[in-house]
Amino acid sequence: MTAGVEFRGLRRMFGRTVALDGLDLTVRPGELMALLGPSGCGKTTALRCVAGFEHPDEGAVVVDGEDVTRRPANRRDTGMVFQSYSLFPNLNVRDNVAFGLRVRKVPAARRHARAAELLELVGLPTHGERYPHELSGGQQQRVALARALAPEPRVLLLDEPLSALDAKVRLTLREEIRRLQLDLGITTVFVTHDQEEALSVADRVAVMREGRLEQCAPPAEVYDRPATPFVAEFVGTMNHLPGRLSSGEVTVLGMTLPVEGPLPATPEVDVLARPEAVLLTPDPDGEGLVVTSSFRGSSARLRVRLGDLEVLSDVPGHDTVRLAPGTRVGVGLVRRPVLVAGRAGES
Amino acid sequence: MVAVTPVLDAPRELAPAGRRRVRVWRGLALGLAAVYFLLPLATSFWFTVHNERQGFSLAPYPRILAAEGFGTSMLLSLGLAAATIVVALGLTLPAMLAVRLGAPRLRPVLEVVCTLPLVVPPITFVSGIGTVLRSGPDLLATTPFWGTLMAIQDERFPLVLVLAYVVLALPFVYRSLDAGLRAIDVRTLVEAARGLGASWPYVLLRVLVPNLRSAITGAAFLTLALVLGEYTVAALLGYRTFPVWIVTVAGSEGQLSVAVSLLSLLIIWLLSLALSGAGAGRRRSS
Repeated sequence: MTAGVEFRGLRRMFGRTVALDGLDLTVRPGELMALLGPSGCGKTTALRCVAGFEHPDEGAVVVDGEDVTRRPANRRDTGMVFQSYSLFPNLNVRDNVAFGLRVRKVPAARRHARAAELLELVGLPTHGERYPHELSGGQQQRVALARALAPEPRVLLLDEPLSALDAKVRLTLREEIRRLQLDLGITTVFVTHDQEEALSVADRVAVMREGRLEQCAPPAEVYDRPATPFVAEFVGTMNHLPGRLSSGEVTVLGMTLPVEGPLPATPEVDVLARPEAVLLTPDPDGEGLVVTSSFRGSSARLRVRLGDLEVLSDVPGHDTVRLAPGTRVGVGLVRRPVLVAGRAGES
Repeated sequence: MVAVTPVLDAPRELAPAGRRRVRVWRGLALGLAAVYFLLPLATSFWFTVHNERQGFSLAPYPRILAAEGFGTSMLLSLGLAAATIVVALGLTLPAMLAVRLGAPRLRPVLEVVCTLPLVVPPITFVSGIGTVLRSGPDLLATTPFWGTLMAIQDERFPLVLVLAYVVLALPFVYRSLDAGLRAIDVRTLVEAARGLGASWPYVLLRVLVPNLRSAITGAAFLTLALVLGEYTVAALLGYRTFPVWIVTVAGSEGQLSVAVSLLSLLIIWLLSLALSGAGAGRRRSS
């Protein structure tokens, strides 16, 4: 039932624009892989190559060991949920869900039973007779999900299915998608530009840039050990602190820390540090000054002026009292290997 | 919601005098439209049922059915209309879908081609067709197309009129379908259906056509009205369609010809209602 998906050296041009530039990626059977990247990085094109709506200029798409690169979309056995609401307006919810089964000439009784089962699974058991225009956006995407799953596809493809929904519904639905994916064990490729979404639901996250893969790793690894400065910059928030390289170590904020990842050619570097890795200590003689504090419930994000620099630091919510704006603080980093990049503006 | 409601209701609350003024203008506009459309119909009707010698009489209406040529010309026009609707839709819909899905940049070209017949006067159009039909037999005498040229001019069902009417109907069919296609996300619906395993004919007949029913019905209305009212092409090519028959009758029996015109209006109106009802009924049942 579950199948792996391989992108083998996919290349796709639109005029002079390179959408995919030799993409190599393997999605394991039963895995939820998030394709994450900024607009125009080629993630949707890659997904559409699996669905059969785009054909690569070079390379191959392999599903379950079969090369499906030139196979028409209707014979690929994939299920897709689109960004825009894609339910057939003339069919009610039950017939929408049963559409793929009807195409496959499944007898009416069986397809209605399967539609009811799927609607139960997505939490809309009583909505079968309604029409798409009678549903909210979140309900429509649930129905679209049920419709994609009804024919038991080998691969589920999700093309930013939550981007048109409001924040609360997004949160609920993404958890439901993950629950369903785990229950069914279906191989899933989830395209999103929302890093939080990708990190929270995926088994592995593939970060893309300009048609190429920058890093593919479990969410924690992408966040904690970004392979490239682009990934570090794109996933989460990153401080750039001036440092100096020497013998594989970097001196920053008066501390000497080991360096991981590629080393730039010049000794003057930017040390990349997450806000949660920046430590603040109230100190009347400290070099830092807390400028603003935005409370986020269990934590708060502080903006600290440090000479010409502004540094972001995440602190526990209860620390906002002793680290109120106007407080002078000492600034340090958590002692662990850091990622460095060439100083901005230098070669 | 609470804050919004008074804002929305405010203009209504604002002035009973203003509301009265709106009502007066609305009534005036409707009255003028009614006079413009209904007065000619009413006077026509009066002309058909009243003359100075006999006074009031409905006699011309039963005479229509017995009039020579009424049935055959009406049936011919209805048949031509049906064929024109099928051919025009069969050509235009797939072409518009293909352009929309495969070559969006060609949309302006298709639009210009389809609306071009609007700027060509029917008289020019028919003189061109006439020239081709006259010179065709000599040019095609030695080819198999000679038979085809003769077949399309068969008086019992002149296919040449269908071809001409398809061209004349193109702008209306295009506009109607274009409005329908703009109202739905064609690409996503097609991709959703293809991804679920549907073949191209299945996508066209089971996904797109049902969602374009209003547009298709609109295109059919307009084509029907055009064919049942078209005189120039049919008359100059020498075919006796319904409008040509009306004009012929008008020369000898004034009252009868006006009665037939009124009846034809009623028939077109009833057919349009039937088409509209069928569309709405299918929408409800689907």
